[in-house]
Amino acid sequence: MSLSRNQILGGVGILALVLLPFVYHSAYPLHILILILIWSFAYTSWSMMGRFGLVSLGHGGFMGVGAYVTALMWNHLGVSPWIGIPIAMVTAGVLALIVAYPCFRFRITGHYFALVTLALSGIVLQVITATRDWTGGSLGYTPERTKGSGLAALQFTDKETWYLIALAVWVVGLAIWHFVDRSMARYAMEAISEDEDASAAAGVNVTAEKLKITVLSAVMTALAGALYCQYQMFISPDTVSGIAVSLQMVFAVVVGGIYVSLGPTVGAIITILMAEGLRIGFGTKAVGWDNLVYGVLLVVFIIFLPKGILGSLLDLRRKPAAAKPAKAAA
Amino acid sequence: MDFLFSIEMAEAVINGILLGGLLALLALGLNLIFGVIDVTWICYAELIMVGMYGMYFLVTVYGVPIPLAVIACIALVAVLGMALHYIVIEPLLNAAPINQLLATGGVLFFLQSFATVAFGIEFRNLGIRLPVLEVGDMFISYPRLIAFGAALVGMVLVYLFLTRTYTGIAIRAIAQDRQIMTLMGVDSRRIYLITSALGGGLAGLGACVLVLQYDVHPFVGLSFGPITFLICVLGGLGNLIGGFIAAFVFAEIIAIGSLASDLEWGYVLAFGFFIVMMFIRPGGLLARRS
Repeated sequence: MSLSRNQILGGVGILALVLLPFVYHSAYPLHILILILIWSFAYTSWSMMGRFGLVSLGHGGFMGVGAYVTALMWNHLGVSPWIGIPIAMVTAGVLALIVAYPCFRFRITGHYFALVTLALSGIVLQVITATRDWTGGSLGYTPERTKGSGLAALQFTDKETWYLIALAVWVVGLAIWHFVDRSMARYAMEAISEDEDASAAAGVNVTAEKLKITVLSAVMTALAGALYCQYQMFISPDTVSGIAVSLQMVFAVVVGGIYVSLGPTVGAIITILMAEGLRIGFGTKAVGWDNLVYGVLLVVFIIFLPKGILGSLLDLRRKPAAAKPAKAAA
Repeated sequence: MDFLFSIEMAEAVINGILLGGLLALLALGLNLIFGVIDVTWICYAELIMVGMYGMYFLVTVYGVPIPLAVIACIALVAVLGMALHYIVIEPLLNAAPINQLLATGGVLFFLQSFATVAFGIEFRNLGIRLPVLEVGDMFISYPRLIAFGAALVGMVLVYLFLTRTYTGIAIRAIAQDRQIMTLMGVDSRRIYLITSALGGGLAGLGACVLVLQYDVHPFVGLSFGPITFLICVLGGLGNLIGGFIAAFVFAEIIAIGSLASDLEWGYVLAFGFFIVMMFIRPGGLLARRS
């Protein structure tokens, strides 16, 4: 047999997901699915570096750059998102390079790396707010509706098209995750996260390896931001940039499982369904409740299940006997 | 060059110094926690937010006299600090530092949304209007002067506590070497709890002072929380004097930077300065380069 059981399962799953909108047309569930796919992609991008101990709180900034650069180019310069999105991705990549290179060069790790990147997302948020003449500041910003071709402007009114786009991007995200997972870069990064000096002595170019993964992660996050902007047609500094968004990414990934490919997706499903469920169930009274539950869950997860829901479930399936003592030790 | 010596400039510099005192107070508590327990309370600003709500309700709703309310508020946040340590930090003391950071990030979400659920998202203030002091042609607000004074008093008290009392000396000793101090018969659990209470108390004092100048709302922590962290890191996490100096440097950058344009640009300048300084002096302002 040339295909493993997992590959067949994956193929069938993706086929089912592709066919879904042609069988099932209800708008609201499709909207939720699109949001889940876009955010899953953003969370997957974050986990690309998060799984190697590079905890960045700057991804809110990269997402904001992706969304705002695309929208600003379209509104002010009339540049189609097909060109604007790559430019936004390059911008985020350059930004990541500017901040991350000195960080890695000067061995800024752990707490310090998290706090430097925190400053980065603070800067992006403040710049968006300060340049309110162009960006609309904290009131938010809307890309202008196109009068010409929807395809050229990457604006579609039907949910089915968006669903397929989001699905494709999500699959590509997972593919990149698996590609990194099987590459030499993964072994290098795992060595680096254990001991930088030892891996440098063993011939790993520490700075270059970390930079590669950081820039890749930032570029993907910018794409997620641009997609979110094009789909929602409304962005505000609070929904796509800043520290709250960065923490939201970290949270979803930790809950879903940081070390497994579908972990961020599971995190996105849980968080978005919970927020929507509370919103429908309690209406405006629910304001704040979803984050209340998130906060408690985040603390509980980090203390008791640091591998996340999916990670722990997979552990249980793989070695039911060994899983228990491992948990007790953690 | 006129600009450099203008009256606006002098006002900005003075306001910067006053803001610096306040930021130094906020950074002091966080720095103490970091230096002694070696964890970062990312939810520190949210503790202050809770303290600000405490002040608001005690003073405007229940009509408690302000001095009593201040004491109650400091005690409340001190207890919160101890609870935070006992419930969240203690199980994670030996976990990866980044997990501790993320767990307190969860507490941040929790406190923010708790305030949203319990108090709503309206902006509230004490409704006390203090006069504005006029010196020459400059205007200096009284709340800022009070904040500066309270910050100085708080810092002197903490300094005396750390240098003159047995517990204070034990706290500083444990910050230097955690293994040996346990062997010397210092109960590290007790010291950690006391330090958490002290850090919480400082946050409480900060809350009392902030509530004079700013409206309270559930997300108020986000407006000064990040800057407090950056100050601590810039001063060298755990380095109390470094944090003190960094607070004034930051405050002057914000005050003078925002003079030229909007307040946001002042922050952008300060954040940018922070990132550049991290590259030049990763160990903090006062660290010697190895």
